[in-house]
Amino acid sequence: MQNRIDQLFAKKPNGVLNIYCTAGFPELNDTLPVMKALQEAGADIIELGMPFSDPLADGPVIQDSSAQALKNGMSIPVLFSQLEGFRKEIQVPVILMGYLNPVMAYGIEAFCIKCSELGIDGVILPDLPMAEYESEYKALFEQHNLHFIFLVTPETSEARIRKIDSLSRGFVYAVSSSSTTGKDKEMGDQKAYFERLKGLQLKNPVLVGFGIKDKKTFDAAAANANGAIIGTAFIRALSGSQDINKTVKDFVGSII
Amino acid sequence: MDIAINTGNSKYHVDKNGYYGRFGGAYIPEMLYPNVEELQTKYFQILSDPSFQQEFDALLRNYVGRPSPLYLARRLSEKYNANIYLKREDLNHTGAHKINNTIGQILLAKRLGKNRIIAETGAGQHGVATATVCALMNMECVVYMGSIDIERQAPNVARMKMLGATVVPATSGSQTLKDATNEAIRDWINNPVDTHYILGTASGPHPYPDMVARFQSVISEEIRKQLKEQTGSELPDYLVACIGGGSNAAGTYFHYLDEPSVKIIAVEAGGKGVHSGFSAATTQLGKLGIIHGAKTLLMQTDDGQIVEPHSISAGLDYPGIGPMHAHLYESGRGQFLSATDEEALEAAYELSKLEGIIPAMESAHALAKLKDLPLKKDDTVVLCLSGRGDKDLNTYIRHMSK
Ligand SMILES: Cc1ncc(COP(=O)(O)O)c(C=O)c1O
Repeated sequence: MQNRIDQLFAKKPNGVLNIYCTAGFPELNDTLPVMKALQEAGADIIELGMPFSDPLADGPVIQDSSAQALKNGMSIPVLFSQLEGFRKEIQVPVILMGYLNPVMAYGIEAFCIKCSELGIDGVILPDLPMAEYESEYKALFEQHNLHFIFLVTPETSEARIRKIDSLSRGFVYAVSSSSTTGKDKEMGDQKAYFERLKGLQLKNPVLVGFGIKDKKTFDAAAANANGAIIGTAFIRALSGSQDINKTVKDFVGSII
Repeated sequence: MDIAINTGNSKYHVDKNGYYGRFGGAYIPEMLYPNVEELQTKYFQILSDPSFQQEFDALLRNYVGRPSPLYLARRLSEKYNANIYLKREDLNHTGAHKINNTIGQILLAKRLGKNRIIAETGAGQHGVATATVCALMNMECVVYMGSIDIERQAPNVARMKMLGATVVPATSGSQTLKDATNEAIRDWINNPVDTHYILGTASGPHPYPDMVARFQSVISEEIRKQLKEQTGSELPDYLVACIGGGSNAAGTYFHYLDEPSVKIIAVEAGGKGVHSGFSAATTQLGKLGIIHGAKTLLMQTDDGQIVEPHSISAGLDYPGIGPMHAHLYESGRGQFLSATDEEALEAAYELSKLEGIIPAMESAHALAKLKDLPLKKDDTVVLCLSGRGDKDLNTYIRHMSK
């Protein structure tokens, strides 16, 4: 079967909305209800965070959601058991995002096998070095039809962006400023960077992540790329939620 | 001083890809890549530059007060029935070995054109050493420190502030060294252009473990010379050092790694006992993992979450060890022991009473294992007394009353 991420971009090349949520947050068993609500509300891609005790690339909001999820009892094995059979209800592409250590502890090959059985479409592991991915794991991920998605930043050299583009499947994740998640930086500063990315004519679609929080920032990012990723703002909305369905519907509705 | 010797064919030094055996590497998110790559491509060249070495040398001599003495501790030797030499890093300016590294890294930061410095600290010694060199070089300094450590190492917090640094509490996780390091790395991600991160131990992504080891290698370079002067031989039977992330140990072992007759002893923090659930004895409790950008031995749960370690000593309260040490452990080149909180306290009191030297809590862990070494009468032991105990007086006083 063609990977769902590729199907999506074939059908909808622009304005793709990817929403990040931390698995097991706010409550342990909220993972699936949040995913269902996101699909219903019109999110195009769901990026599920696998919580880690030491999330280096994340700001305080996602850190706190990870800590809460771990306290709730979330782990990769628990997440996999929650995801058993989820494809009966959820058709949008689902990506797992996390840090290398918990995946290593699970076993990278076992992880890929399980993801493929469950129907996961892509994986983001920001601390797995590109060279090691290429020499050790590329064949494994591809064999299991798992798209491995790399990040680029405004500081990434053109040669490296090209290399990243050649190794990435699905899309390239353009961090909109050199910052941990949830940092506010001026969108204006980023314009030159987005134009540079556009000019490179990468083979992969580009989604802009980090710092997108509302319709205005989403539209600005989407105008310069194939879509954008919202994480911190969504987690913030979920944190105080009394009614997940309503919160998700209102949040996604305010963007698209 | 030769901090840029070629160690290319040694089994125990870093290889060209940044690994020690299967440990090391640079497991960092893309946001850090340009900074780390800049260091990887430039550090060796900068360290090899004669003008860099001259400047480093002059500061170590005239500002830090090197060479630090190698002192034959007579009463300690009598007690343990061997010739025990203490490498007196406690006599350095700011009171520990940490300043050897911060002098090196601030000179490097200047050559890289950076004007803002960040650091993590546990015991506060590295924070003080960083704040000191920032004052010296007129650079902005931000030090991240776990909230718990801010409490237990109050004198060092005051020193950092007096030196002009901003001390930022790390309130996440266990609120100790690991979390302070996370915060420093996040700061670096958010300030990728003007900031250099002075990491304080032999851990982190390549090239930090090797770079820090090289700046600290002055310790073993001096030991070789001083031991030769005092005993006629450069080679001791034992080298003993405590291990938090492993910088004083790396410096103590550096020029002896390829001398098989020299036994390498590393002492980790056993906390309340290795199997008590309150320990920081990484080689005993850890398995292969990734922490702060390095593949190394790491204390973690079955699910790969990093465990909150425990040690009475803030400088050893770290769930990983530098990759060089993971390799020394796995290859059998080093022997790894652990000292409990209690043993370390006793050893601190013993050294104070026998030699008139109050050691840092960290160094006391190394001292605590003298009793467990199979020492013979003419064995020569060199122990790295990594720091002085002023910062630990509160802890010592609390235990005095018991
Ligand atoms: C006096 C002293 N010794 C040892 C250490 C442990 O660090 P390392 O293992 O890097 O030498 C510290 C750390 O703060 C320290 O202050």
